[in-house]
Amino acid sequence: MHIHFLDPYHHRISLVHSLDARVKFVLTIAFILTTALTPHAAWPVYILLFATILAATLLSELGIGFVLGRAALAFPFVLAALPVIFTLPGPALTSFSIGDWTLTVSQSGLERFISVALKSWISVQAAIVLASSTPFPDLMMAMRAVGVPRLLVAIFGLMWRYLFVLADEALRLLRARAARSGQADQPGLKNGGSVTWRARIAGGMAGNLFLRGFERSDRIYMAMVARGYDGEVRVAPLPPLHAGSWLALGSGLAVLAILLGLAYWL
Amino acid sequence: MHHSIEVDDLYFAYPDGRKALQGVSLHIEPCEKVALVGPNGAGKSTLILHLNGILIGKGLICVAGLPVIKSNLGKVRARVGLVFQNPDDQLFSPTVYEDVAYGPLYQGLPPDEVQNRVSEALETVRMADYSRRVSHHLSVGEKKRIAIATVLSMKPEVLVLDEPTAGMDPRARRSLINLLRDLPITMLVSTHDMLMVRELFERMVIMDDGRIVADGQTEVIMKDEALLNAHGLEKP
Amino acid sequence: MLYAPLPMHIPDGFLSVAVSVVLWVLTVIAVAISLRRVSADLDERRVPMMGVLAAAIFAGQMLNFTVAGGTSGHLMGAALATILLGPWAAILVMTTVVGVQALVFQDGGLLALGGNIFNMGVIGVLVSYTVYRAVQKVAGGQKWGLYVGGFSAAWLSIFIAALAVGLQLALSGISPANIAIPAMAGIHALIGVGEGLITVGALVFIYASRRDLIEAGEKQQTGGAIVWFAGLAIAIALAIASPLASSNPDGLEWVAEEKGFLDAAQGPLYEIIPDYVFPGVSNEAVATIIAGIIGVVIVFGVAAGVAYSRKKRLTA
Ligand SMILES: Nc1ncnc2c1ncn2[C@@H]1O[C@H](COP(=O)(O)OP(=O)(O)OP(=O)(O)O)[C@@H](O)[C@H]1O
Ligand SMILES: [Mg+2]
Repeated sequence: MHIHFLDPYHHRISLVHSLDARVKFVLTIAFILTTALTPHAAWPVYILLFATILAATLLSELGIGFVLGRAALAFPFVLAALPVIFTLPGPALTSFSIGDWTLTVSQSGLERFISVALKSWISVQAAIVLASSTPFPDLMMAMRAVGVPRLLVAIFGLMWRYLFVLADEALRLLRARAARSGQADQPGLKNGGSVTWRARIAGGMAGNLFLRGFERSDRIYMAMVARGYDGEVRVAPLPPLHAGSWLALGSGLAVLAILLGLAYWL
Repeated sequence: MHHSIEVDDLYFAYPDGRKALQGVSLHIEPCEKVALVGPNGAGKSTLILHLNGILIGKGLICVAGLPVIKSNLGKVRARVGLVFQNPDDQLFSPTVYEDVAYGPLYQGLPPDEVQNRVSEALETVRMADYSRRVSHHLSVGEKKRIAIATVLSMKPEVLVLDEPTAGMDPRARRSLINLLRDLPITMLVSTHDMLMVRELFERMVIMDDGRIVADGQTEVIMKDEALLNAHGLEKP
Repeated sequence: MLYAPLPMHIPDGFLSVAVSVVLWVLTVIAVAISLRRVSADLDERRVPMMGVLAAAIFAGQMLNFTVAGGTSGHLMGAALATILLGPWAAILVMTTVVGVQALVFQDGGLLALGGNIFNMGVIGVLVSYTVYRAVQKVAGGQKWGLYVGGFSAAWLSIFIAALAVGLQLALSGISPANIAIPAMAGIHALIGVGEGLITVGALVFIYASRRDLIEAGEKQQTGGAIVWFAGLAIAIALAIASPLASSNPDGLEWVAEEKGFLDAAQGPLYEIIPDYVFPGVSNEAVATIIAGIIGVVIVFGVAAGVAYSRKKRLTA
């Protein structure tokens, strides 16, 4: 059994997929940085940023529904920004009371809340397009290109290689536990044991997973040594960037600079 | 009297779209022992995971008279003992005792009852001396027996095993076969071990490509070499 | 979906740029030191081990247990990694886990990644190290030290990391300190109990099955006094700063604004043009409408282009 659906990479033939991973990586970070630098309540710029990422989504042929659907994953955290609606000083819009409390919605508070929600929603779409259009090995090449040390990149690579194997093992452990989590016929028995016991069982499963990880890493090490590994992480040099990639990088950054300029009205 | 296992027209597709079961129907009487064979990827494990509702497909399943639906899952899981192919997945507690006690403890049985269930289950698989041992260090054959004990302690009506003899040496396999023969409960066993099928099971079911392609007396089916070959099996 | 980790991964859009940058700098320093220390170890077995254990922690975060009413407990793993691998390798392992979560699964933002690594990797590991070492000292090698140390390290690592998240959100002007910090602290005081119990469960399992691994981990606790004090300092600083900040949220706001931590509240975009270009319609509305029109044109242009090239590909 495999957890195919865990890998977010979606193969398509598209302009975005064929773009050099390093260019995509830098542009994604630049896009998110631009979004972060855009002041609160600069609605016109938000609209343009959203149009840009929507255009990139279209170019990637990943499907707008897919990207927007995944982007909804970022929403729960938005709750963390909810209080700001009521606490930021500013002209009051409305107020309502819950019990003894009176909550007043201030205009600047509401604007800041909506801005944060929009910013995080727009940013996560960019991250989704990057992850869904770039295979992980290419992302690792981009990491090396922006200066992530190769030892760290090597750890990332090994992790990725075994992620699916161990995620499968975790899934099978969960299944095995579910299979034995039954309910007795005798009435009046409390099902499920205590919370601490359940937590300990989950801990045992984590320990089991760790142990198998340890033992597997020993075997991996021996297999690596058998093929000449000596502790030094060696990597092939990065291929040069094509002229087209430079062009894409340059024009992408230029668009973002214009948007940022608009945000601050040069 | 109800059937022990009743599966009617079961369809299931994995999230990636792979159609693993395409209209499976299977009825097993109480105390019947049935072998489930078929090539890799036939859908045997997928079918087995449906029997206690770990996967839920389209179609009707009743186990020990209970429909396998969301609201029944707890009761169904107490009645179906599912033994997974890899015992390491099943043994997640530090010691053998704790692992065998998981099912009864989860059901909230009183401590002395749990104790009895564990001793009885370990006795049945002839591993009574192992209760304080650490599961991790046991041999494959021993782990497999403990894995069976972890479900026997729930006193299931139906025992379902996924490839129980895979990776076992002849002696461990022999003692497992004897153990299965002596257990007086309904049994569905998925396996590639045709010798065991011939020896232990009067009835066998062949699956291929998500469908049941033969279901009948082992003696008869084993003679039909053309049928066996067509589904990647060999006459033992 | 199976995979549902802690509510501690900050997405993009929440941290102000200044806070993000400061956290990135701190993270880069911590990771660089860890890399150097791990390479100096000369134990080449540790590269595959760190990779596989990062995968194990990631997968371990899928293992949950029901608490009550549909909520469930999960593992973060910083304490477990610290106990088994020592602080340096643990920082690298947590960096990899949090990095893959952000880069591949959009769990936590990319600009916010520095902060997320800092909270879960650096703070989580250093606090775990300090607590675990202290308890071990007191226990003097007795077995209870492993479990009490494991539980307290796990609980405190979650709790202190949560304080840090609350403080960072407050400093970014996203949520007032007197709400963000107590809320994060309250939720994670509970989540930390789950983390502690799971960590102990895992340690019991590993101790029973492969005691040598715990002993090997013991040898890796080579942070030395400086790291121990760094962990202590982080814990104390956050433990003191948080109640201070929450009882005095305006003070924090003041710091934030004074130090330029808050981004400009409103772009001067509309203030330059006279108030109304069209009677009855504000300039803000005009700018928004124009942006909307441009956006629609861009999106439809690209959509038409993609459709055209797809058609050409099909007929070719
Ligand atoms: N999690 C999954 N996601 C997608 N497809 C899956 C998954 N698990 C199994 N499959 C596919 O479903 C089909 C049936 O698989 P199953 O594991 O039931 O076969 P099996 O008969 O048990 O084979 P084996 O003899 O190899 O154990 C296979 O094609 C398999 O690739
Ligand atoms: Mg199978």
